[in-house]
Amino acid sequence: MDNAQLRDEVFAALQGIAPEVEPDTLRGDRPLRDEVDLDSMDWLRFLAALHHRLGVNIPEADYQQLTTLDALLAYLDQHLAE
Amino acid sequence: MIEFKMPSLGADMDEGTLVEWQVAPGDAVRRGQVVAVVDTAKAAVEIECWQEGRVFELLIQPGAKVPVGTPIATLLEAGESPETAPRRPVTAAAPQPATPKAAAAAPAAAPAASGPSSRPRISPAARRRAAELGLDPATLSGTGPQGSVTLADVEAAAAAKPAAQPATAPERHAAMRQAIAAAMSRSKREIPHYYLSETVPLGAALAWLSAHNAELPPEQRLLPGVLLLKAVALALHEYPQLNGFWQDGAFQPGPGIHLGVAVALRQGGLIAPALHDVAAKPLPQLMAELGDLVQRARSYSLRSSELGDATLTVTQLGDQGVDGVFGVIYPAQVALVGVGRIAERPWVEDGKLAVMATAQFSLAADHRASDGHYGARFLAEIRRLLQTPDSL
Repeated sequence: MDNAQLRDEVFAALQGIAPEVEPDTLRGDRPLRDEVDLDSMDWLRFLAALHHRLGVNIPEADYQQLTTLDALLAYLDQHLAE
Repeated sequence: MIEFKMPSLGADMDEGTLVEWQVAPGDAVRRGQVVAVVDTAKAAVEIECWQEGRVFELLIQPGAKVPVGTPIATLLEAGESPETAPRRPVTAAAPQPATPKAAAAAPAAAPAASGPSSRPRISPAARRRAAELGLDPATLSGTGPQGSVTLADVEAAAAAKPAAQPATAPERHAAMRQAIAAAMSRSKREIPHYYLSETVPLGAALAWLSAHNAELPPEQRLLPGVLLLKAVALALHEYPQLNGFWQDGAFQPGPGIHLGVAVALRQGGLIAPALHDVAAKPLPQLMAELGDLVQRARSYSLRSSELGDATLTVTQLGDQGVDGVFGVIYPAQVALVGVGRIAERPWVEDGKLAVMATAQFSLAADHRASDGHYGARFLAEIRRLLQTPDSL
């Protein structure tokens, strides 16, 4: 999966939870949960959607590495390659 | 004969608009079955019927807006038959459609006169199609032999039916603002609130949760909020004077421990549907039900029992980063529990300064129904329960 495809999957998962999100307006270096106004239930559903779409199961212990969209994309890219 | 009435879906609802019927005359209705969808200021709500029976007549049509308490359908009880039951006039949708009046079942002068002759003549195929379309055959004009209703009549009536569309987002937003304004104004006008707060250490609860979630996929993980809800429910079991309603000048205990869960909607606004029997349910079940409830609240698709049944509301604003919240009680409930952000803070234990995850719990309670001493013991019980997460 290349970077563009990965971005598309992540945005599709995000829009399932926050339909009003426009991918172009998201700043990749800002805290994602502030950019999209995700509460803890939304965040968990987002992770479940990523697990379903990509097969990557992000454990709770890794949440703190994943504050920004850029960090999340890098994390997913790395785990998909494994 | 059972009269099924437009239910009240909370203190802020005066009237409801029927969107669709999910049953047709002749259908058997089980207890708890969804029989209709009603649009209120806050949501399109699936209306459940809590009595067993067989649908006799649907008294209003989709599009009709009627006050709470108005009979909207009649059901036959066991032992009653359509031949002996009295019929009632049908309230048509507003604006009044031109055609159905001739076919609408006339109110019978006496039960005896409402025999088989008032039953609409309708072909089986047309009856099935009418049921699919949510049309009451009694309201259809027939063009077939002896005025019977044909399949073509049903299709024509469906095409002519004024569409009962759920409100658009801006309309709903404006209506919701009004509904919140009405309920909160009433609360502050009528309820003498008192407020308490307590900082609750959550180290044990969060450690238990991390261990529980470590091996689970996201779909099965628990959120801290679920533990907090369970603790509130178990504490209410011991402090029942905070669980219920102030009605007609006296406290009425709630029929169960149904926690209203305040859900912020993405478009703005707020709704607090009930999670039923929280004290009795295991945590994974509560988590699944909470996820489902939040999702349906946000898509404006709730059930009547979820809107009307809450016996105490819990608002968790911690995700937004506030340290504490002192809520406004939702009438006619008598208390509201607020939970602030869970964060690591300085904490003194055994004479030593330590770092501990804590959250501020607050209680806003109706002073007519309880006193501060009682409320304080309730908060202490929540705190105690959260120190032994295994027991939740």
